Amino acid sequence: MKVNIRYFASIREALGANEQIDTTEGTTLAALRDQLIASSVAHAGALARGRALRCAINQSMCAETTVIPEGAEIAFFPPVTGG
Amino acid sequence: MTARVQIQTQDFNLSTEVEALRANDPSVGAIASFIGLVRDRNDGLGVSAMELEHYPGMTERAIEAMIDEAHRRFDIRGARVIHRVGPLLPMDQIVLVAVSSSHRGTAFQACEFIMDYLKTQAPFWKKEQTSEGARWVDARVSDDAAAARWGLTQINTAA
Repeated sequence: MKVNIRYFASIREALGANEQIDTTEGTTLAALRDQLIASSVAHAGALARGRALRCAINQSMCAETTVIPEGAEIAFFPPVTGG
Repeated sequence: MTARVQIQTQDFNLSTEVEALRANDPSVGAIASFIGLVRDRNDGLGVSAMELEHYPGMTERAIEAMIDEAHRRFDIRGARVIHRVGPLLPMDQIVLVAVSSSHRGTAFQACEFIMDYLKTQAPFWKKEQTSEGARWVDARVSDDAAAARWGLTQINTAA
């Protein structure tokens, strides 16, 4: 299935604002992150394990164990710093 | 009725927002507000400018949910959040949280609750221009601690 991925802040600077990729059904956010890490050196750096990273599915913060629904909008971004 | 959440590039006026919160509601006996400003120093360096980025759509939804939660937890009458995005300069206003209530205790509490929640869960990111170049602002563990006091357990800074 195809998923749309959006990046923000420092991750966006490294990878661009968005991309669409193919992943298998039942994929979790953690597995998608690993798939992205394996896809390029830039992804491996920006999404590296051990780096603080938040993720959202359809504009709600989600734990990495969450299974991605079909057609979802996924987002990866650094810890938030508003206010 | 005015929208509860506004994300905008332009400045805001506290008096206007307070007027709206107390209009047509004689049960309001207290309004508490917080305004966050751009400082000229952060983490040991001078700051000359700042750029605020957000996740359009998610930001509004997240803050709406925070206000809903504030209404569940505290007996408040209304709340208003304005957050600016785009380029900002030291002394500029960044964020306003204002809460109306019958009594001051709940107004103070709900205002602080919304602000602590926003700091750790609303998708905004600050990039500041410093004397040593541009840098993304780091999230603070102390902000997670402030949110944890309210039982908000999602850790913003966790790896």
